[in-house]
Amino acid sequence: MGSVEAGEKKALGWAARDPSGVLSPYSYTLRSTGADDVYIKVICCGICHTDIHQIKNDLGMSNYPMVPGHEVVGEVLEVGSDVSKFTVGDVVGVGVVVGCCGSCKPCSSELEQYCNKRIWSYNDVYTDGKPTQGGFADTMIVNQKFVVKIPEGMAVEQAAPLLCAGVTVYSPLSHFGLMASGLKGGILGLGGVGHMGVKIAKAMGHHVTVISSSDKKKEEAIEHLGADDYVVSSDPAEMQRLADSLDYIIDTVPVFHPLDPYLACLKLDGKLILMGVINTPLQFVTPLVILGRKVISGSFIGSIKETEEVLAFCKEKGLTSTIETVKIDELNIAFERLRKNDVRYRFVVDVAGSNLVEEAATTTN
Amino acid sequence: MGKVLQKEAFGLAAKDNSGVLSPFSFTRRETGEKDVRFKVLFCGICHSDLHMVKNEWGMSTYPLVPGHEIVGVVTEVGAKVTKFKTGEKVGVGCLVSSCGSCDSCTEGMENYCPKSIQTYGFPYYDNTITYGGYSDHMVCEEGFVIRIPDNLPLDAAAPLLCAGITVYSPMKYHGLDKPGMHIGVVGLGGLGHVGVKFAKAMGTKVTVISTSEKKRDEAINRLGADAFLVSRDPKQIKDAMGTMDGIIDTVSATHSLLPLLGLLKHKGKLVMVGAPEKPLELPVMPLIFERKMVMGSMIGGIKETQEMIDMAGKHNITADIELISADYVNTAMERLEKADVRYRFVIDVANTLKPNPNL
Repeated sequence: MGSVEAGEKKALGWAARDPSGVLSPYSYTLRSTGADDVYIKVICCGICHTDIHQIKNDLGMSNYPMVPGHEVVGEVLEVGSDVSKFTVGDVVGVGVVVGCCGSCKPCSSELEQYCNKRIWSYNDVYTDGKPTQGGFADTMIVNQKFVVKIPEGMAVEQAAPLLCAGVTVYSPLSHFGLMASGLKGGILGLGGVGHMGVKIAKAMGHHVTVISSSDKKKEEAIEHLGADDYVVSSDPAEMQRLADSLDYIIDTVPVFHPLDPYLACLKLDGKLILMGVINTPLQFVTPLVILGRKVISGSFIGSIKETEEVLAFCKEKGLTSTIETVKIDELNIAFERLRKNDVRYRFVVDVAGSNLVEEAATTTN
Repeated sequence: MGKVLQKEAFGLAAKDNSGVLSPFSFTRRETGEKDVRFKVLFCGICHSDLHMVKNEWGMSTYPLVPGHEIVGVVTEVGAKVTKFKTGEKVGVGCLVSSCGSCDSCTEGMENYCPKSIQTYGFPYYDNTITYGGYSDHMVCEEGFVIRIPDNLPLDAAAPLLCAGITVYSPMKYHGLDKPGMHIGVVGLGGLGHVGVKFAKAMGTKVTVISTSEKKRDEAINRLGADAFLVSRDPKQIKDAMGTMDGIIDTVSATHSLLPLLGLLKHKGKLVMVGAPEKPLELPVMPLIFERKMVMGSMIGGIKETQEMIDMAGKHNITADIELISADYVNTAMERLEKADVRYRFVIDVANTLKPNPNL
């Protein structure tokens, strides 16, 4: 189908302008809709812990102004002339990556998230030299390769967290051959990704143990999320109970922690999958991996193919998450609460239902 | 059946954690119906022997007769033994028994059986402690005896039963054995040098990674490695970034993993077979953003040990050894501790081990 290419478009969003982490209304332009592009009206966008790290420059790579948000669900407004997968009116999603080189080994293996030239949905530079901006905005333009269709009948606010947290958990379980029913999984840390991990692992038919630094989340984990067991990591007797018993542990903890207590929980050929992005090296003693042929690896979001798979999987299983919906002018409050872990378990911004305004005239860039 | 008979044996034992070995007399069980008894001709000295005689792992029981790289000639077989007969060349490695019924055993990975029994220093079913190959003869269950190919010299084949299988097993298990792959071997000692030989025999490109430039000539010209890197040279590491499918890390000293992870391709595998005493630092970013893996591997199962030794026979792979007499063993241990051996000491047991003069 054809579509006339339009000129650059205006977008309204909320941006951070400095490491204070405070966001405010921001106006900017989107590129013209290219032949392979999809122009999307944002309906909602999940808030991820990574958003906090990026707006506060915790990883030392932030550029401002930055419009975060990489769990974007929206409606197609316009498609480029070469777009075949999507039509106007489709409900679609955009995750963490919006570009890649297309020719390296990860790209050829449908693992674009591992491409060294991948382009992040925000806080990156697109091929046209302009900064990428995320989903806390009224519209986005994304290359069709990085757009996924949201299954019919799936609630948009439920779909949003799957585009980052959901696929982040699903990807390593799929990659490391850990999707069979009956496996014993450990989820270390019970934040947004951990909570999604419990749900997805349970939906796969796994026996799930949550490991946490305190017992404050025990009732939540077992009564509300459906975990089978709960262990406090600082309790040696509890940890001993888990010795040599788990097929895998998904480690979502984004701060330094010695790995030995968790390696000891894995059975022969068990896998410890790291997800917390931190600059500080972790530590382990070699005999623990040698004696049980254990594996320490990591995983980063998921590919487009895996994103489609996790959406279909969650639709089929009727998997839903506890979501708190906020308006865009509550974004700073939501970030503050997220920093204090005062959310159960994901904020999703109702962008389309919010009143987006132009940035104040007195602001200078 | 009547009382279990015992056969007199003699060897070298540590009596305490001083690390000194001295002549020792003991008994071994009579040849059971599924047992193989063989005269010990040679036995390799492994770093594990050193750790065990000094109780550095906190699990040693004395008297301790070490040795788990044992080769010899069959002298007697039990009535139900079918695979071996008198006069054949055989070996025993690190294990002498396991439960036989768990997942690991049924998959031929007895090394990971929780009830596996090690060749020395372990309780056996008859309530004795197992004694190793620094002794005049061994008796072992048929299922844990390895046939040694005729073309392999027994003294230089002995170390393959521990060092050889330790590097061979992860290459096979993790698919790092395909022609054309690029394999790194870190450390050029008892394990590393046979690692190079097996990797080359599998048709891979092999790069040795070492802290010392002095080992370049040895690695390339004597051992056949294709390339050599000094791990402390940032330029050499940078030039090889992202080129290796897998790395076998044999180093048992504390060392940095970051350069090694950098050498791996996306999804590359770093296999730890050396066991540093202190915790190692593990950078997170290469694992998360490049899905690289850090893993361990321990010796190998019996089936793959036989495969390994058969491959060694086919390609004439042996360890480079220094043959010593039995009375040299304490000096050898001291030299081993100082890394003063190229690459493995092997005791000439049959020709030099004498019965306990104190009897």
